[in-house]
Amino acid sequence: MSVDGSGALVVDRLVAGYEPGLPIVNGVSLVAKQGEIVVLLGPNGAGKSTLVKAVAGLAPISEGRVTLDGRDITSLPAHAKAKSGVAFAPQTENVFAAMSVIDNLKLASAILPPRLRAERIQAMLAMFADLARQRDLLAGRLSGGQRQMLAIARALLIDPKVLMLDEPSAGLSPKLVEGVFSKLAEIRKRGVTILLVEQNAKAALAVADRAYVLAEGRNRFEGGAADLAADPSIGALYLGRLAGGVARRGLRS
Amino acid sequence: MTIDLNGLAAYLSFFLTTALLNAIVCLGLNVQWGQTGLFNVGVAGFVAVGAYVSALLTTPPSDAHWGGLAAPIALGWIAGAVASGALSAFIGLLTLRLRADYLAITTFGVATVVELFALNAQRVTGGAFGVAFIPRPFETFAERPALFGACNLALIAAVVAAVYVALERLARSPWGRVLRAIREDERAARALGKDPMRFRVQAFALGGAIMGLAGAIHAHFIGFIAPDNYQPALTFQVWAMLIVGGSGNNRGAIFGALLIWALWSASGLAVSAFFPPEDQARAAALRIVAIGALLAATIVLRPRGVFGERTTVSRHIEGADGLGA
Amino acid sequence: MSLQFLVDGILAGALIGLGAIGVTLTYSILRFANFAHGEFLTFGAYATLLIAGALGAIVPDAGQALGPFSVGWAVIAASLFAMALTAGLALALDRCLFLALRFRGAAISTVIASFGASMALRALIEFAFTSRPAYFTRELQIAIPLGFGLRATPDQIALLALTALLMIGVHLMLTRTNIGRAMRAVSENPALARVTGVDVERIIRMTWALGGALACAAGVMLGLIVQIRPFMGFDLLLPLFAAAILGGVGSVPGAVVGALVVGLGEAATVEFAGSQWRAAVAFAVLILILLVRPTGLFARPT
Repeated sequence: MSVDGSGALVVDRLVAGYEPGLPIVNGVSLVAKQGEIVVLLGPNGAGKSTLVKAVAGLAPISEGRVTLDGRDITSLPAHAKAKSGVAFAPQTENVFAAMSVIDNLKLASAILPPRLRAERIQAMLAMFADLARQRDLLAGRLSGGQRQMLAIARALLIDPKVLMLDEPSAGLSPKLVEGVFSKLAEIRKRGVTILLVEQNAKAALAVADRAYVLAEGRNRFEGGAADLAADPSIGALYLGRLAGGVARRGLRS
Repeated sequence: MTIDLNGLAAYLSFFLTTALLNAIVCLGLNVQWGQTGLFNVGVAGFVAVGAYVSALLTTPPSDAHWGGLAAPIALGWIAGAVASGALSAFIGLLTLRLRADYLAITTFGVATVVELFALNAQRVTGGAFGVAFIPRPFETFAERPALFGACNLALIAAVVAAVYVALERLARSPWGRVLRAIREDERAARALGKDPMRFRVQAFALGGAIMGLAGAIHAHFIGFIAPDNYQPALTFQVWAMLIVGGSGNNRGAIFGALLIWALWSASGLAVSAFFPPEDQARAAALRIVAIGALLAATIVLRPRGVFGERTTVSRHIEGADGLGA
Repeated sequence: MSLQFLVDGILAGALIGLGAIGVTLTYSILRFANFAHGEFLTFGAYATLLIAGALGAIVPDAGQALGPFSVGWAVIAASLFAMALTAGLALALDRCLFLALRFRGAAISTVIASFGASMALRALIEFAFTSRPAYFTRELQIAIPLGFGLRATPDQIALLALTALLMIGVHLMLTRTNIGRAMRAVSENPALARVTGVDVERIIRMTWALGGALACAAGVMLGLIVQIRPFMGFDLLLPLFAAAILGGVGSVPGAVVGALVVGLGEAATVEFAGSQWRAAVAFAVLILILLVRPTGLFARPT
């Protein structure tokens, strides 16, 4: 599969995994262009989480490259990647529960130049009004939905080039899921590229521009979100019905 | 210079015997750490419990300390092992579910308090004077040192062999396999319905019982014990033995015990030979430094020790905490 | 019955508290119980003694006692140097020993390595200085009456002030500064801290340095008020751990409160049962808190 050179985030044939010789991500490539929302779909164990963790610097990469606006960031340590503009909100344990909401935000602001910190914190509080109301509450005492919002706010605070989220809708009620995705749409309007890992394909595809489907650590499908939403075989992939048959389908662009 | 062969033989016999006693403690520690991944920083305390329980039960009646029930030696040994095992079980139950290293701190506390109690509860333990007249195996041969030494050596070597065989069998048994599974992939073991806590407590208790047994046997071999036999230096030596010899491996435990004990004894001779009497107390401290340096070198250069295998340790147990890059 | 033992208890608590602040910090951020912390204390005291001696020899009147206290600015300046040296010792230990262990996985625990390092360090100190007790000064201090029949020496009052100051200072650092927030983040979730932009390795180094420096301060005060000997830090380890666990690992005020409990317990034991049992109090406190509330008094929610 060829990789288009332009775009905010380019992942080129990435091989990653926690044990050497046992890769979970087995040569995945993707592109997230500036200002797009790209969603990663696939059944459990497909390697979606590990992929974004590897891009963020939390999972060891053994082969392949990650470039951000043309700059190779593959071997940077995680905190340097954050400084370069890659923000990541993991699926679980994505806020510092023992610190207050405002402390979570202040911590995130520390990598910004001092003159920008207060400004960005204010911007986040303005954007996430619920959090502003509870700024002194310990993050561990927030409800599930508010925690998710804090996780996003914490990542967004540094004004990243790419915002990566691992299943932000997990464990949330439909109303809250709606809230999360409309927030993402709002964020995208500000020109932030978003890479989203999701199980809730329907809701994700409704807000995304493009999508990749992974299975067993490799690329399976990619295409426009609307196209994939209409394709019945994606659903089948999830339900495992066509597990063997999927391989024969090849790639669509 | 004439070499006193009898003296040399006696020395060697004594050296081997004490080295093998250390090997028993080391085998116990191997169950706790090598097989189960638990850190006992108070080994000396558990050895002391076994020694004192056995001593107090088997000595003839005395005003200097409690007990004095003149029980048979074998009974003393068993009681010592059971006492130490029970204490280990209690400590394990208390701390194993908690934060990493609470077990380490608590075992450290046990050793401190056991030594303190032995030293200060004079009416119970004899205090600083210790417990004397502990009955010795093969007492009747005491007049013939060579035979006496040889019989004790043979007895203790037999115990080492028995413990070794038992532990090897245990490691290959279903119980042992579950223990290994818990060590290598705790989540999978849990999914199979095995409660890791129960197995860990059992392993910790077994290791403690073996340590207590070693303490008891030592007490009866020497015939006399005192609180300063059971100081942190003992814990340090046993750990060095296991790490250098090879953790997780029973042969490693025995080999490490012999090696470290040999180095320790040799360094003791060197201190006596090369330092003037007034400096010897200070120089003795260097013996610890020497072992420490060997330990550090082993940790950095060959962490698995001489006989240790490369084991995969589960990412999910305490220790894999995300701090290592 | 005299209530002086309460004062003794608070003073003992302050001494333990000074050391416990460092222990609770390193335990919560580095995630292991560092058994060599006692030796940082001991090293700090001996380093201060050496440097103060040198300063006193070079600079006239440097050893002159300041005001009501028993030592002069030589000791004060020396202790500042020694804090830097102890921080260096802690960093060196991490670099040479613990770093290798972190990267090789959990094969050999840092706990055991720290126990081994503590034995070796203590032995080196004993070799260098012998086991005879040493003192910063031979001058005896006169206790000042405090009212209610209680007395304390100026040095002891300085100890209370120093402990309070450091407790407040470290607590403020943790709660109000960027570095403090980064430290709390690493102590809670190092992976999340990384993606939030925290250089975890740098925080680890700073934690070691701070822990070493605080241990040195504790060692100097212990040496000043009691005496300097090779086992001084090691003998304090169990009370330090008990205090940190009682207060809730990671809580600085908790460590000091825990230390006061242990100190008062020790003083009461000395008063009513005899001084030989003092060392058992910390263990009793430890067992009790593990049975009743293992997370400690001021545990933070997670």
